[in-house]
Order: sequence, then structure tokens, then C-alpha cells
Amino acid sequence: MSGIVALFLIIGIAFNCLGAIALYRFPDVYTRLHGATKATTFGSIFTSLAVVLYGFTKWAYTGEPRFCVLAVHAILALIALLLTNPTGAHAIARAAHRSGVMPKRAVVDKLAEREGKW
Amino acid sequence: MGSYVVVTILSYLFYLILTMSSGDLGLWSSSELVVGIPVALVAGLAGGRVFGEYVPASLLNPIKWVLFLYYVFVPFFIAMAKANIDVAMRVLTGKINPGIVRIKTGLKKSMSLTFLANSITLTPGTLSVDVDEESNDLYVHWIDVKNIEPEPAEVCGDFPQWARRIAE
Amino acid sequence: MMELGGWFMMAGVLLVVFGFLAVGRSALGPTVPDRVVGLDTLNTYVVAAMIVFGAAFDSVIYVDIAIVYALLSFVATLFIARYLERGL
Repeated sequence: MSGIVALFLIIGIAFNCLGAIALYRFPDVYTRLHGATKATTFGSIFTSLAVVLYGFTKWAYTGEPRFCVLAVHAILALIALLLTNPTGAHAIARAAHRSGVMPKRAVVDKLAEREGKW
Repeated sequence: MGSYVVVTILSYLFYLILTMSSGDLGLWSSSELVVGIPVALVAGLAGGRVFGEYVPASLLNPIKWVLFLYYVFVPFFIAMAKANIDVAMRVLTGKINPGIVRIKTGLKKSMSLTFLANSITLTPGTLSVDVDEESNDLYVHWIDVKNIEPEPAEVCGDFPQWARRIAE
Repeated sequence: MMELGGWFMMAGVLLVVFGFLAVGRSALGPTVPDRVVGLDTLNTYVVAAMIVFGAAFDSVIYVDIAIVYALLSFVATLFIARYLERGL
């Protein structure tokens, strides 16, 4: 079981690392949002799942209720993260476009066409 | 009136989850059970209006919850894993061909549109940027544009159908 | 069995390092939305790190604070986005 927890941690850290690299690797705000949002959300799911798994296993072995609480609250934090992350990304993308930051190297921009900026 | 009751009950259940395994009465202590009631009433009064206005009442149907859980753990999780491998390849190679395209969703309620927009943001190569409030069409930033006027299925698979089934 | 404290600790420290990388993006810019993206990513890393530290130090309070932090940082992001769109 501890092997699975460690594996989840490693996967989560790898994807989170990818998100941090994506912030520097991509040319404009939209592509950065792509990398940052997807990779960090997926990575955080795995690190949180590692904590949930750890909490439930410890609870099963020792019977101390605080490990169960740890796991349940980690699930709640994970749900909060999953609901808020894509919504925040959407808000930033919309605000960026409305404040006049256009996507670089774009082949098509229907939204700017509607607003007559393309 | 009904919406206030529903929100109050949901707030009380949420309070119970947060104060789990605090004491003597099974998993909960008796004082927590009592204190939760006024807290849930205040939360219900404050947030009751939201339910029914933005969140449709059909979401109380348990079949939709089962569908939702299936959706999150099977098609959505697979799409998300694909998305991350895709992003990983793009981060390593730096190959992008971005653009903002418009897709027709055919959804009517704001809740299902929110659901679809969030799904799109977390799945391969797409990021929802804006919504046309009259026709409920989404403007999607697509990192690898293959077609300037794509069908919804090209961009986001069968997610609009799922959104209609679950959130409408 | 389950001597995983060191693993959790290391994962948390790495997440904090990635958080500093996100701060670097915020400092470099160049446009304002770029800085907001850095901030948003930093928030995600902080929440993930808090959950992992909760397991590393065996205390639930870290995870509780992570829940509140996630919700409040979301509100902050929405406010900044709204401000960028049309002022307060």
C-alpha cells in the first residue's frame, strides 16, 4: 500500500512540475493557461489521492479517527480545487481577451472577428 | 420556500461532513449536532435564492448523481489523462498551432453550460474563453487547430450530450 | 509499515519550489493576465502543498485551511479577472 501512495506522489509531482515548466515554455497567456491549469489540476488530484489513500489505510490499521478525518477533509479540499480551477482559468482567459491581449501565432480568432478586431 | 429548505438541509449535511468523528454520539458529538442547526439555517437563508434560479431543481434526481459519478470517473478521467499527456508532449516539443474557434452547444440552461465549459477546460487541447449569451455558443481556445469552423464533436467529443443528460 | 512521512515532506517541499517558479512568472509578466496566471498557479500549488503537509505532520488543520484557502483564492481570482475586464 505504501508503494501505491509513493507512486501517486511521484505521478502528482511529475505533472505539477510539468505545469511549472509550461508557464515558461509557452509564448502567450492562453497557451500558458492550458499548461498550467490542466497539469496542476491533474497533479494535485494525484497528490491529494495519495493523502486520501494514506489516511484511510492508517485508519484501517490503527483505528484512530483522526486519520479518517484527514482523508475526508482531503477529499473536500480536492473537490474545492476541482470546481474552482477551471472556472478561474476561464475567468482569466475571458478577462485577457476583453482587455485586449490577443493570442500569439493564432491561425483563427472568431471572438476577435465578432468584435471586429481581427 | 422549497429551495430554502433544500439549501438548509444540504448545508447541514456539509456541516456534518466537516465535523466528522469529533466525539461521543457515534461519529459526532451532541453539541456539534445542535450547533449545526442554526448555522445551516443562516446558510440556507443566505443562499436559498441561488437554488432554483441558477441551479435547476431537476439536479435533485439521484439518477443524475449516478450518471455524474460515472461521468467523472470514466469518460472525463480518461479525457483528462489524455489531455495531460498531450500537454506534456507540447511542453517538451513546443509544437503549437493555436486559435479561437466557435462551437455550437445547443444547451439551454446556464448550469449545463457551466458544466460543459469546465469540462472543456480540463480536456485535451481546449480552453473555454467566452460565451455568446444569446445563442449559448462557446468560444474555445484550441491549441491545435485542424479546422477553422469545426463541429462540436471534433473539439470536445460527446461532452455536450453528457452535459445535457446530467445538468439539464 | 507506512513510514511515509519523508515522502510527503519531500513532495511538499517540491510543490513549494514549483510555487516559487510560478512567482517568477508573475514577476516576469510581460502582460497583466500573464501575472494573474502565475498567481492562479501559485494558489493551486499552495493548496496541494498544504494537503501533503497535513499528511506529513499528521495534523488535519492544514487540510482545513487548504479548503478555505482554495475557496478564497478562487474569489480573489474572479475579482482580479473582473477588474481586468472593466474596472472595479
